[in-house]
Amino acid sequence: MTFTKFLICRECGSEFPISPINVCDYCFGPLDVEYDFEKIRQIISRERIIEGPLSIWRYKDLLPSSYEYAVDLQAGFTPLLHAKNLGKILGLDNLYLKNDSVNPSYSFKDRVVSVAATKAKEFNIDTLACASTGNLAGSVGAHASRGGMRGVVFIPSNLEKGKIIGAAIYGATLVSVNGTYDDVNRLCSEIADNYKWAFVNINMRPYYAEGSKTLGFEAAEQFGWQTPDHAVVPAASGALYTKIWKGFEEFYDLGLLNGKVNTHMHLAQPEGCSPIVSAWNEKSPQIIPVKPNTVAHSLAIGNPADGMYALKLIKESAGSAIAVPESEISEGIKLLAETEGIFTETAGGVVVSSLKNLVKEKRIKKSESVIAFITGNGLKTQEAVESVVNPIEISPTFSEFEKIYSKLT
Amino acid sequence: MVTRKVKFTFSTKLIKKPVIYHLGKSFDIVTNIRRAEIHDSLGWVVLELEGTEAEIQKGLNWMKEEGVIVDPVQGDIIAG
Repeated sequence: MTFTKFLICRECGSEFPISPINVCDYCFGPLDVEYDFEKIRQIISRERIIEGPLSIWRYKDLLPSSYEYAVDLQAGFTPLLHAKNLGKILGLDNLYLKNDSVNPSYSFKDRVVSVAATKAKEFNIDTLACASTGNLAGSVGAHASRGGMRGVVFIPSNLEKGKIIGAAIYGATLVSVNGTYDDVNRLCSEIADNYKWAFVNINMRPYYAEGSKTLGFEAAEQFGWQTPDHAVVPAASGALYTKIWKGFEEFYDLGLLNGKVNTHMHLAQPEGCSPIVSAWNEKSPQIIPVKPNTVAHSLAIGNPADGMYALKLIKESAGSAIAVPESEISEGIKLLAETEGIFTETAGGVVVSSLKNLVKEKRIKKSESVIAFITGNGLKTQEAVESVVNPIEISPTFSEFEKIYSKLT
Repeated sequence: MVTRKVKFTFSTKLIKKPVIYHLGKSFDIVTNIRRAEIHDSLGWVVLELEGTEAEIQKGLNWMKEEGVIVDPVQGDIIAG
């Protein structure tokens, strides 16, 4: 059972029945899920949430898919840690890390894919598909397996095969497309139009994107039923950034928070793929698509679907947009690992380096509270930090060890 | 016949050029504009194309050669 009412076009307001579609028939605008908040308000409470499972499904009343059908690997309810060591270095007394790198397939994508896979089961669709070069592929593979569904992952043929082991291991079928990145995008869009498959980020996108709200719900719940002064969020399509805010807002509207939502939302992108940051800095009325050229592959979306909505939110929340030089991404990964014991992938490096710059630019004050969202695991992008491996070589004798003892840090 | 939903993004130098008119005139494609936003320096148009798959592909290739950025309406689909 869900509290969904219908799908509504974000642009023209047209309504459509709950079904596997993602664009408005009239204006081709994106569709969002509309809920019956009056009914939700009658039953939801902090106690009801706390008594729920330790996963995203504790927020089932605010999700578009039924818990009864849940394709559940227990994604979510990841740690919120007070980062005292990193905070000390950056000059922040109240820095918290939402560590989503410890999800079942090691990225926040498990939240969105769990919701999309569950909705696909409700629609009686047996194939879960995506086009991905990394985290999304792994999560689709894992959830297809868990849900007893067929998993199909499309990849550009020039992708190193090692990148996709995380999907193949679950038994998903890999389709390697001989063509450019654009060709793969176009082909998948056409397949989603013509086959009754659940393409998680195409025809299932209205439901899929709602899974990202749970990061906002969780962060607020774990932060004592309040939102921080600042949030730093990595952006690819911009959907995660806007949905974390939506999570904060829904909690507030339902009376679940102690105070208002006064969070400044900061959006972080790598310089090699920063179309949203460029549009913000240039005060552009629209996003100009770019060809990604970044080591942060999980953020390499050159034409972000939710870019315009992210721009609106930066303004509404009095936030900011920051592009991190490519050279600083690995520095951010190392800094987080060395200070807090969390090994994040390149997107996390972008977040930590952005945070550093935000403090330097005095956009965040020492005593203000900050939650930085770490969305993926470092084991996935080890090549980005290979240079840290410099072992001291010795012969297997105690005297040899004593000679290098002073060099140990 | 097939239909395709696409988004065209135009830069400054193309803003005055009637490329959508030429797309319909030079190729056997029916164009149906659903939503658009045009500014002084840039603009985008979301539209549906109807024609044979081969003709649509030829037309889209021509648009790209003209400098128009062509994307699915959903934005980029391949995710990291």
